Amino acid sequence: MLDLTFATPKPKVIQGAKHDWELVIGMEIHAQVASNAKLFSGASTTFGAEPNTNVSFVDCAMPGMLPVLNEFCVEQAVRTGLGLKAQINLTSAFDRKNYFYPDLPQGYQISQLYHPIVGEGEVIVEMGPGIARLVRIERIHLEQDAGKSIHDIDPNLSFVDYNRTGVALMEIVSRPDIRGPEEAAAYVGKLRQILRYLGTCDGNMQNGNLRADVNVSVCRPGQYEKYQETQDFSHLGTRCEIKNMNSMRFIQQAIEYEARRQIAILEDGGSIVQETRLYDPDKGETRSMRSKEEAHDYRYFPDPDLLPLEIEQAWVDGIAATMPELPDAKKARFMADFGLTDYDASVLTAELDAARYFEAVAQGRDGKLAANWVINELFGRLKKEGQEIADSPVSAAQLGGIVELISAGTISGKIAKDLFEIVWTEGGDPAAIVEARGMKQVTDTGAIEAAVDAIIAENPAQVEKAKQNPKLAGWFVGQVMKATGGKAAPAAVNDLVMKKLGL
Amino acid sequence: MSIDIATARKVAKLARIRVEEEALPALAEQLSGILTFMEQLNEVDVTGIEPMVSVTPMRLTRRADIVTDGGIQPQVLKNAPEAREGFFAVPKVVE
Repeated sequence: MLDLTFATPKPKVIQGAKHDWELVIGMEIHAQVASNAKLFSGASTTFGAEPNTNVSFVDCAMPGMLPVLNEFCVEQAVRTGLGLKAQINLTSAFDRKNYFYPDLPQGYQISQLYHPIVGEGEVIVEMGPGIARLVRIERIHLEQDAGKSIHDIDPNLSFVDYNRTGVALMEIVSRPDIRGPEEAAAYVGKLRQILRYLGTCDGNMQNGNLRADVNVSVCRPGQYEKYQETQDFSHLGTRCEIKNMNSMRFIQQAIEYEARRQIAILEDGGSIVQETRLYDPDKGETRSMRSKEEAHDYRYFPDPDLLPLEIEQAWVDGIAATMPELPDAKKARFMADFGLTDYDASVLTAELDAARYFEAVAQGRDGKLAANWVINELFGRLKKEGQEIADSPVSAAQLGGIVELISAGTISGKIAKDLFEIVWTEGGDPAAIVEARGMKQVTDTGAIEAAVDAIIAENPAQVEKAKQNPKLAGWFVGQVMKATGGKAAPAAVNDLVMKKLGL
Repeated sequence: MSIDIATARKVAKLARIRVEEEALPALAEQLSGILTFMEQLNEVDVTGIEPMVSVTPMRLTRRADIVTDGGIQPQVLKNAPEAREGFFAVPKVVE
């Protein structure tokens, strides 16, 4: 069983002019379901298509068109629920959320207010080795995305593209369990990692495939604990919702700003008005979206075009049987099986591609050495070249070969870096390259001894100095390494130098 | 339940239907009439009866995740009062 014991992080405390304040944060994450077609139509979900080409008559709400549910989107939502250890609701239903906006041709969004497909779950958000916040998930529901409006092409017109309209979203709603800006960003990061492992959302925040609404309130220390005991929201402050953010950095900045704004109002004797706000990254502040308030009466009602969604337990079990290993389990296994540190295991499991690559390198080899090479040499080099691990010129088998040659003592660490460079630029089998180019480490003490003797004989003055100052022995080691083209086993050279110099 | 004039005004606004002020009392009365009629249903005792959402014993129809539609930009834009460069063009709606 997974050992997931951890300490709870301290909530962030902000010092106001009068007293200390704590933050209480809940989030709604809109994650685009990874699917070929839309939630209720057969139009494509491909990003970046010509405007209004991924649009069917259903998506642009032509009269008489009826929605037909994409079953794979349901499967993806169920898979996500299982990945968040959540309750799966075998009966759920779709409702209409009514409002008018040019990016919503139907005049309503099909969503799941009353009966979501996924109920309560949880996410463990690491904030350091052995420290984590357990964030409770309240629900996940399926809903349609809206279209995209572009306001800067024409001075008097807004241009609307419905390609995104009707694409399936999962809205993942957390409880107000997040206690600071850093935790909020870490929560989004962890959720994104899990979704990517599951393959249910690509997590591309830049394209808007993962966006967050953040509910922020502030309270005096001690109040939050009262809320946790009773689940009574009256212990907490009034919240404001910051809408539609697609950057971890902006999420942190927006929360920080919003908390300070609320504290200033409260300490001035004012009160917080519950409202929707927008974060302006250029100004670094949030501002009220008053226009949205008026239309807040969404008049939800069950969508008469869609029967309740009934799924079978056997179908859910079938999805559960194909669940991949998730980040927490993979990290724990890497630490247990390969002896990795918490940090190295976190780095290597951050992305599934990297985890798979590492595992192929480490399998049957020295796991720690493999981790060092993947993290320091490979990741370092990929970062320098601006490449992804999927495009790595050095395959896992090749890097595994290099690791094996180091472990066997065939090559020194220094030569291994040269070998890595050769494999990176020229390719080829590491063992064959070492053989062909004579890169093997010289462990034959006779040969090393001869080299040491030669260096000593050529440098009598240095020998005298070294006898006075033993630290200078390193110079001899360096010279021997140079003379042997870096192939001499460093430990053997060191021993011999010390012996010959009588140190 | 009765709908007052203020509620009738609000409902009209949310539905984006223009109703002149002098027409509101009559509208409110009519809406109240509809609700009152519906309220008769409350007289029926439905204790222990599961809500029925459909009269046909059908399972919700599903589609496979296959792209079967789209690529009809000209038809999609055909009825638009104004379209530019493949977009619907509407009066500026910027916050």
